[in-house]
Amino acid sequence: MKLDNSKKLFVSGDEAIALGVRLARPHVISAYPITPQTIVVERLSEMVEDKSLDADFMHVESEHSALSAAMGVSAVGARAFTATSSQGLLYMAEVLSYCSGGRYPVVMMNANRALALPWSIFGDQSDSLLLLGSGWIQCYVEDAQEALDMIIQAYKIAEHPQVLTPFMVNLDGFILTHTYELVDIPDQSEVDEFLPPFSTPNQMSLENPMNLGFSSTPADNLEFKYQQHQAMLNSLSVIEDIDAEFGDKFGRYYGGVLETYQTDDAEHIMITVGTITGTTRVVVDKLRDAGKKVGLIKLRYLRPMPEQALIEAVGDAMSIGVIDKDISFGHEGTIFTNVNSALSKSNQTPKKHNFICGMGGRNISKNDIIEMFQLLEDSVKGKDIPAVNFINLNTSIQEKE
Amino acid sequence: MKKTKDMLSPDGTRPVKQEFPKRNHISEYPTGPGFTAGHLAEINAGWRVFKPIIDIEKCIGCYKCYMVCPDGVIFKTGEKAVAVDYDYCKGCGVCAHECPVKAITMIKDERD
Repeated sequence: MKLDNSKKLFVSGDEAIALGVRLARPHVISAYPITPQTIVVERLSEMVEDKSLDADFMHVESEHSALSAAMGVSAVGARAFTATSSQGLLYMAEVLSYCSGGRYPVVMMNANRALALPWSIFGDQSDSLLLLGSGWIQCYVEDAQEALDMIIQAYKIAEHPQVLTPFMVNLDGFILTHTYELVDIPDQSEVDEFLPPFSTPNQMSLENPMNLGFSSTPADNLEFKYQQHQAMLNSLSVIEDIDAEFGDKFGRYYGGVLETYQTDDAEHIMITVGTITGTTRVVVDKLRDAGKKVGLIKLRYLRPMPEQALIEAVGDAMSIGVIDKDISFGHEGTIFTNVNSALSKSNQTPKKHNFICGMGGRNISKNDIIEMFQLLEDSVKGKDIPAVNFINLNTSIQEKE
Repeated sequence: MKKTKDMLSPDGTRPVKQEFPKRNHISEYPTGPGFTAGHLAEINAGWRVFKPIIDIEKCIGCYKCYMVCPDGVIFKTGEKAVAVDYDYCKGCGVCAHECPVKAITMIKDERD
């Protein structure tokens, strides 16, 4: 399929990413294919082949090399893109911290997919959540339009002089990567106005030779890490500013670090990340029609963790639920841990419950989410509900008589 | 930032370790580990037991030792001779092993 420059195209989430990348004019794409990301790199290689994208496509032999190459590209002051998923992201993990510590603002698409074992090509968010501490900005999108738009925003945020931090755009595997929708394609000229060419103080050059990516003794190491942390915190306001600027130019605002839905007077709030937001929004409408005061917070970023915005959005709700498509074995869902930690820094004391579901590609239905809201209501009414609940297990977990 | 050419020894053969003065504010640090070479390096030869001694009379200027030194501490000193930067030599002995005319011998390093 040829992705032309029409104003609107009926495309998959993966194809929307490829279109966004083309508009961002990267100099080099270095990527290794993996389900369900493959279509991204297929489309990009076709675009390079048909010369509609003036970039070099590096056929690397692994994900580890894909990101290593992208980091080198960024180090000479050029714009790099890579994409991966699941085990591929874990294979890249060593390079993730090199890239963030070196302050190379590479942009990556990650198709959220389950981790082995049991081996599975289907979606959940275990892969990227395992790497929250890798120093990358992590954004999670809900639909193909947001996926395309966030690639354009991602470069602008990552390359901002106060940020200079690599950026991971996460799409739920199959649910978003392989489903089709009508997507608005921005004009190249408008994207060029919005996204200036990349420049960095940290550049390899013959005029000003530098030692790049060196080691440091204990005497200086902590200062570099502090700077990295500060840059990530700086990105909180940069994300808001750039989202507003994007909205003014292209007519689509995403709410910055998070989006709220029906939270103003909500007693029970569900916190979602990625595509499950859409289903939850439908459930909120349905429950509102039945007179229930329920709402939704779509967390768009997990790094930086938008603590203050989250505290304000939760307000004085009586309970919050967190949907996690992952489990940190022996503890709880990773998003729950992060949300809990943020809320612990305020005086709010809502009931807090974690719903583990959708792992390995299992569907999360509207009825599942209705059940979660019911558990929140029961908890507020005094019923003893566990903090961590597995939703939709297909067999009994009660102790046998 | 100093240029690399301004950081050589007076005879121009070796880079000289540069002091990275204590920064008073975090903003004075470079953005990530990228800076003019020669800074943030420490003199590093403490684990050496043996050190190479080059007999300049025997040296034929083939530069094999210069090529094989894993730490780049052997340098040219004029037309047909080499010397060792003992601040960074680890004492591995590869140079002595490879020298075709046995001009390099490893002797016990008598430092404290």
